[in-house]
Amino acid sequence: MNKQDVSAVKMTALNCNVYYNEKQAIKDVTIDIRADEVTAFIGPSGCGKSTFLRCLNRMNDTIAGCRVTGDIKLDGEDIYGKAMDVVQLRARVGMVFQKPNPFPKSIYENIAYGPRIHGLISNKTGLDEVVKNSLQKAGLWEEVKDRLNESGTALSGGQQQRLCIARAIAVNPEVILMDEPCSALDPIATAKIEELIEELRGRYAIVIVTHNMQQAARVSQKTAFFHLGSMVEYGATTDIFTNPRKERTKDYITGRYG
Amino acid sequence: MQIWPVIFALVLLSLVGFAVGQWRATVVLSRNEYLHSRPGHHGWYTALITFLPALVILIAVSFYLPHTIDAATLENLPHNEQPVDALSRQVALNEIQSLSQHSGILPSSPAMAEAAKNYEVRLRQATLWLAISVLGTAIIGLVVSSSQITTQFKARSIVEAIFMGGLSLSSVIAILITVGIVLSLLFESIRFFEKVPLLNFLGTSWSTQMAIRSDQVGSVGSFGALPLIYGTAFISLIAMLVAVPIGLMSAIYLTQYASLKMRRILKPVLEILAGVPTVVYGVFAVITIAPAIRAWGQSMGIDATSDSALAAGLVMGVMIIPFMSSMSDDALTAVPQSMRDGSLALGATPSETIRKVLLPAALPGIAGSFLLAISRAIGETMIVVMAAGQAANLTINPFKSVTTVTVQIVAALTGGDETFDSPRTLVAFALGLLLFIITLLLNIIALRVVKKYREAYD
Ligand SMILES: Nc1ncnc2c1ncn2[C@@H]1O[C@H](COP(=O)(O)OP(=O)(O)O)[C@@H](O)[C@H]1O
Ligand SMILES: [Mg+2]
Repeated sequence: MNKQDVSAVKMTALNCNVYYNEKQAIKDVTIDIRADEVTAFIGPSGCGKSTFLRCLNRMNDTIAGCRVTGDIKLDGEDIYGKAMDVVQLRARVGMVFQKPNPFPKSIYENIAYGPRIHGLISNKTGLDEVVKNSLQKAGLWEEVKDRLNESGTALSGGQQQRLCIARAIAVNPEVILMDEPCSALDPIATAKIEELIEELRGRYAIVIVTHNMQQAARVSQKTAFFHLGSMVEYGATTDIFTNPRKERTKDYITGRYG
Repeated sequence: MQIWPVIFALVLLSLVGFAVGQWRATVVLSRNEYLHSRPGHHGWYTALITFLPALVILIAVSFYLPHTIDAATLENLPHNEQPVDALSRQVALNEIQSLSQHSGILPSSPAMAEAAKNYEVRLRQATLWLAISVLGTAIIGLVVSSSQITTQFKARSIVEAIFMGGLSLSSVIAILITVGIVLSLLFESIRFFEKVPLLNFLGTSWSTQMAIRSDQVGSVGSFGALPLIYGTAFISLIAMLVAVPIGLMSAIYLTQYASLKMRRILKPVLEILAGVPTVVYGVFAVITIAPAIRAWGQSMGIDATSDSALAAGLVMGVMIIPFMSSMSDDALTAVPQSMRDGSLALGATPSETIRKVLLPAALPGIAGSFLLAISRAIGETMIVVMAAGQAANLTINPFKSVTTVTVQIVAALTGGDETFDSPRTLVAFALGLLLFIITLLLNIIALRVVKKYREAYD
């Protein structure tokens, strides 16, 4: 598939199942994730949103006892296949976590970490450029440009989360996965992140897990509703919220459970 | 004095006190009204009031009575057999005591036989007195405390206060003992430095043998501690060269790579290593390692002695591995999982994650464990006594024998039948003080570092 084609499907999952030891957490999920859109995963706690998200960059590999079956492809390439290197996959599919997790290093080093390990840039000026660029894209540059040598952990929660987004951007990914990126943040910081997502849309395929339905409605074009490990409904966000086809989806978005 | 039956009876009475207190609170009171304290508290209260005052009496009387018995017994001796000094007094008492305990012994004089009989009578009387005073106090306590029980009586508060008092007393005792040890170290060291100038102590020549007899020429001897400090540092260095890489790497393996099952097996095994008595390591060093190292050194044409810094250092290193690994393990485990995930999600390999994120994050904790491990190495005695040797060499050849501060402390106190005021003996305290100061500083720094690092994540 052609990367330049904005309407292209970036990732596909076909009959994906995930098991934690014997317990099945994801049942037969099939979904297409488009490169030019923000896709939201919604659903009650414990329904498997994070689990499925972690399949997309193989972070489930790091969990002992976790087993994934089915086909998941990035640009048509099987990410669980022999030809796929997990290190390269994770450089192409970045991730932002629920709780901001900057490294206990300087702001500069937090951003430079990814480009360094991937050997993307070797000289100092190039690295400075990448750091500046990434921070600008993450909307953090103006706030931190005078204190790049201070510890990343000294920033506020919202700034830390944008630092983590900048850190992911710095390795030039194609997809960014965000697992409830605002759940630890106050409303103002949340609004900033949502603005940022809007700005990043189009440049990266973005998948965001949220249990805040307003947030899903605000930031996403596609929404997938998960319940008890299954993907109940998937479609345009406007359809899901105004005109759900399934009874369970309707119950959830009208607040009947979850 | 027959003290055990009295103690037994006292404990029994206290149990009775508990039962009485609880029974009264349950049966007599709770029928009609709300109780301030639960029956169990009343039980404890009665038991404690029965037990504690009686215990104080018991301790006081059992310290005091033997002295009065001894004095009274000796006073009854005829004038010409009165002891003249502390030594003859002790001799007389010993004879009287053995005469009263063993029937087959011949008394040295009729007066002595008389005294022994006297002694026996007094002893029996004393036991009686002891029993009466202790058990009397206990019974009074029991009666008084059980009659105090009313619905509003605050037995609970009093019992709590007594327990708290007991606990704080224990900690005060622990602190006082420590302070006492440090003070005695200090005072004995001052005595040492009165006899040997500080400059001598800071010299490079260690040869204490000269000081055996104070009338000899050059009786002060040379107490230059530098070779000992050097030897200690040298052996500790060798030990750390063994313990740090192995300990650190095994901690990394255990925290990052080992499966849960592996970890469950390996961690206790490492902890067993920490439980091996150091004398066993010492035996191992002397019997196995030292000869092997000597043979190895000689085969390479190096001047090697049977005791060597290398043998002691290697074995000490093995001894320290578990300390190093378990503390580094804690430091690595304390780094949040989210750091690891964050790094892996950026496409870092596990080893990059360890080197560039986890180790730097855990570094203060690892540094803390490093310092604590060094202070262990410096204070370690048994292995070096057995394997390092006695020669105060300033050598960089690890195949040669060196000696350490701890070895010389042992040597100073076990060397011969000297009095406790010769410099050769007193130097043990000066060395002990030196060691104490070094390890104290190391520990303070280590704890500071570890604490600082804890704050980073909390
Ligand atoms: N590491 C794990 N080991 C075992 N079970 C897990 C693990 N992570 C999640 N689960 C289980 O998988 C299910 C889905 O969890 P998760 O994906 O975290 O849900 P969500 O993100 O939608 O709240 C839950 O039942 C949860 O208990
Ligand atoms: Mg989740």
